[in-house]
Amino acid sequence: MAEKILMKGNEAIAVAAIRCGCDGYFGYPITPQSEILETLTEMRPWDETGMVVLQAESETASINMVYGGGACGKKVMTSSSSPGVSLMCEGISYIAGAELPCLLVNVVRGGPGLGTIQPSQSDYFQAVKGGGHGDYKMIVLAPASVQEMNDFVDMGFELAFKYRNPVMILSDGIIGQMMEKVELSPMKPRWTDEEIKKLHGSWATTGKDADRNYNLITSLDLDAARQEKFNQKLQAKYREIEKNEVRVEQTLCDDAEYLIVAYGSSARVSQKAMELAHEEGIKVGLLRPITLYPYPTAQIQALLPHLKGILTVEMSAGQMIEDVRLAVEGKVPVEFYGRAGGMIPSPEEVLEAIKTKLVKK
Amino acid sequence: MIMDIKDIIKPENLVYQKTSVLTDNAMHYCPGCSHGTVHKLIAEIIDEMGIQDKVIGVSPVGCAVLAYNYLEIDWQQAAHGRAPALATATKRLYPNKYVFTYQGDGDLASIGTAEIIHACSRGENITVIFINNGIYGMTGGQMAPTTLPGMKTSTSPYGRDTSTMGFPLKIADMIAMLPGVCYVTRQSVQTPVAARKAKRAIAKAFRGQEQCKGLSFIEIVSTCNSGWKMTPVDANKWMEEHMFPEYPLGDIKDYLQ
Ligand SMILES: Cc1ncc(C[n+]2csc(CCOP(=O)(O)OP(=O)(O)O)c2C)c(N)n1
Repeated sequence: MAEKILMKGNEAIAVAAIRCGCDGYFGYPITPQSEILETLTEMRPWDETGMVVLQAESETASINMVYGGGACGKKVMTSSSSPGVSLMCEGISYIAGAELPCLLVNVVRGGPGLGTIQPSQSDYFQAVKGGGHGDYKMIVLAPASVQEMNDFVDMGFELAFKYRNPVMILSDGIIGQMMEKVELSPMKPRWTDEEIKKLHGSWATTGKDADRNYNLITSLDLDAARQEKFNQKLQAKYREIEKNEVRVEQTLCDDAEYLIVAYGSSARVSQKAMELAHEEGIKVGLLRPITLYPYPTAQIQALLPHLKGILTVEMSAGQMIEDVRLAVEGKVPVEFYGRAGGMIPSPEEVLEAIKTKLVKK
Repeated sequence: MIMDIKDIIKPENLVYQKTSVLTDNAMHYCPGCSHGTVHKLIAEIIDEMGIQDKVIGVSPVGCAVLAYNYLEIDWQQAAHGRAPALATATKRLYPNKYVFTYQGDGDLASIGTAEIIHACSRGENITVIFINNGIYGMTGGQMAPTTLPGMKTSTSPYGRDTSTMGFPLKIADMIAMLPGVCYVTRQSVQTPVAARKAKRAIAKAFRGQEQCKGLSFIEIVSTCNSGWKMTPVDANKWMEEHMFPEYPLGDIKDYLQ
């Protein structure tokens, strides 16, 4: 078995980036995720793998550096926390519109505005429903452990290049800051420029060789009919992603009477609440979406016949609950328990919510 | 004797040829606009240097957003003002390519000031072509940071009043102060002589990337006869009389060999 190392979630992102052959990281400091840039600059991967690490002048610049790097067919990424990601939204829309691969990490903190530096899940809408302008989608991965912070970096790049689409790891300040044991991913060499030409030469700006037409990275088409066609092509890609890429973890769901739906840190808290409920004889299952887009709609629907009610637990005022309700279509009651502004729900609070909102006795 | 044109088009009679780096697409620019001339100069330099396979261009938001329709090179089309950020990553990931941005004065000197200043400050080894026509051409002639005092635009219809609308931003002079910048020059393309000088400057900047001395910056003081509401000839004259005193031509900094 591979050696396990104790590290922070943010450090795991940085180490995983180097090990999975990332070509470039561009970022700007913001709590609670600055350790990603700090770890990278301390590890100096440019000496070993040639990875570029650059502190940009703003998140606007970071995301546009990622746009340029993605356009080159390189594995590039950035990370930030909520206010910084808001600043990136124009760029994310451009990247989605130009169909470029890249990895984004949002270690979410409470908002709105400058909000707080404490953990939150209040950027769900921004990540899953848009954020930037236009009909676009990101693939959104929600880690619930430091190990998953590590694992989702490589998986994120795989998905980003498979669909030529931005992928976001939507984490939060708890998972970014907490320390757990991690089994590191195997070392993958960076692609050589020759390999990039072979793999991505049909679209990436690698320099126009004599044997091909020039490559153009743009999201612009002034002809409305062609722009609509392009939008339809994007939508077809998203339907494909929805068909192939849903990831979900189900615990004790098969004979559950009640279901908690929660992701990330809320799922960790809900896991404990579920155990407490079982001690009291309440049959609760936990469904943890790992992909927030595409959403595990079908997996929730499959459980409905034996469910009496669903509790959605979030560190927000209630965002993901809208997707749960869309899946449930009114067939069973869907209730909500959440804490906002950087507060974290306790398992006891969640147990109480199960009792008062679902079991009602 | 009537000569057939086909008898005249022979290799031995060739004195001038459109560079193959320019596409055959008809340019969308207004007659008299400087953009087309500058595109042609860049295309010729790429051809003469034999670097078509090693150039990556970054187009702006502005009239030159469609520059990619005219030069047969790999292109990235940036968000408004952000071209230097794309070029930064591209050059760092492909240090042996020639990377340039092509930006207007709204793009570079207004919304994109942070990106250009910091690309300069970091000494990114790229070339920036800056088209200063004193106005927002693409969106219909609004005021730019470079608009001259008193100049009428659609958002300064009574003339730019410096007491409320600020002064022309001389971004070339500003960035010349930064140690990361190796070459700053101000040129124009309204006459064949001026265009030849501008071409030499652009070529020097592209070659300069091989010396890895930092960012090279070429401002082309330009006309926007549609935005200025003048004939092309009048626009050239107005530029010489009004723009050149505010934006004097010539090298501002030159650390290149
Ligand atoms: C974020 C954003 N804001 C505004 C615009 C609208 N816009 C398009 S072009 C342009 C001005 C371009 O002017 P300039 O850079 O001077 O170039 P020119 O068209 O004169 O060549 C503006 C404001 C935009 N596309 N994106």
